[in-house]
Amino acid sequence: MITLTNVSKRYGTKKALDHVNLELTPGKLIGLVGENGSGKSTTLKLIAGLNHPTNGEVRVNGEKVTRKIADSVSYLSELDEYYRFFTVKRSIEFQSSQFKDFDKEKAYEILKFMKLDPNDKLKHLSKGNRGRLKIVLSLARNVPVILMDEPFSGLDPMVRNSIVKGLISFIDLEKQLVLITTHEIREVENILDEVVAIKAGSIIGHHNVEELREQKQMGIVDWMTEVYE
Amino acid sequence: MADIFHSSQPIYQQLAERMKKQIIRGELAPGDKLPSVRETGIEVSVNPNTVQRTYRELESMHIVESRRGQGTFVTEDEGVLESIREEMKTELMTTFFQGMHEMGYTNEEIERGLIDFLNEKGEQKG
Repeated sequence: MITLTNVSKRYGTKKALDHVNLELTPGKLIGLVGENGSGKSTTLKLIAGLNHPTNGEVRVNGEKVTRKIADSVSYLSELDEYYRFFTVKRSIEFQSSQFKDFDKEKAYEILKFMKLDPNDKLKHLSKGNRGRLKIVLSLARNVPVILMDEPFSGLDPMVRNSIVKGLISFIDLEKQLVLITTHEIREVENILDEVVAIKAGSIIGHHNVEELREQKQMGIVDWMTEVYE
Repeated sequence: MADIFHSSQPIYQQLAERMKKQIIRGELAPGDKLPSVRETGIEVSVNPNTVQRTYRELESMHIVESRRGQGTFVTEDEGVLESIREEMKTELMTTFFQGMHEMGYTNEEIERGLIDFLNEKGEQKG
C-alpha cells in the first residue's frame, strides 16, 4: 500500500508536485501517465525514498518513507546506470549483493525468458537488451512494491512487447504492487489495472481501467485526451 | 497481439467472448482444462487480474467450472454448451437483421439474399 498525503515538492522555485493525495493498493499494476515534466518521475522518486517531499507525507505499507525503504521497494530508473564493463552475470551478482531479497534463481529465469546471454558485457549490449536487463534486475526482487520509470522509453516494438510479456509472467499480483510511468499508453492499455493521470504536478484522475471501458466506453487514450483538455 | 482487443470495451468481456467461441468451435473440448490464468495472460498480453475476471465470468455462466486445487475446466454439460451456441447465433443474427432493416431491406429480400449468398459461397468458411 502506498499513500501520499498532501505531498508537495519544489525544486527551488519550481513546483514539481502540488498537494498530491494518492492511495495505491497492492495486487495491482498501475500506470502513472502524463506529459513530460508533469511530475511522474518525481512521484516515483519520492516513493522510492530517493527524494524528500517539501511538504506532506509519503508512506509505504504504513512506514514513513526514508532511504531505508529500498528494502521493500524495487526502483527501476529511466537512466542506464549499471557498470558498462560488467557482464550480464556480474550485474546479477552485484544486484544480489546489494539486496537481501534478490532472487537469483528468478533472475536467471527472467534472463532466459528475455533471451539474454549471461556472458555478454553490458557495453556490447544493444539498447533493447540493456532495457531487458533492467527489467530482469528489477523484477527479480521479492518486494511488495516495484516502481518502473519509463521502462519502454526509446525501445523498439519487439523489445516493448517482450517487456510486457515479462511483466505478465513474473510479477506476483497476489502480493506485489507495480507502479509504472510511461508515454507508451498503447503498450500498457491491456495490462494496467488502474491509471493515474498527472498534469503540472497535480493528480487529475485515477481510475480502474476496466471500469472506464464499462461505464464510459473509453480506453486509456480516450480518457487521457478527455481529462487533459 | 495487443490489437485483438478494442481498447474502449472491457477486456474481460472481449476475452470471454473469444474463449466462448473457442469452446463452441470445439478447440477447447468439454472436460478440457483451461490454461492457467497467467498462461492465458501471456498468450493474449493481458493482465492476469483481467483473465481471472474472465474465468469468473465464464464460471458464472456455467461454461467452465473451477475445481479446487486443479484448475478450471470446460463444462461437460452439453446442454449448457448448446444453449450458449444458440445464444451467440441469436446475438449475431439480431445485429445482422437490424443492419439490413436499417437499410430498408424486407424480410423476403433478406431471405433471397441469404440463399444466393450461401449458394455462391457454398460451405467455404470465412
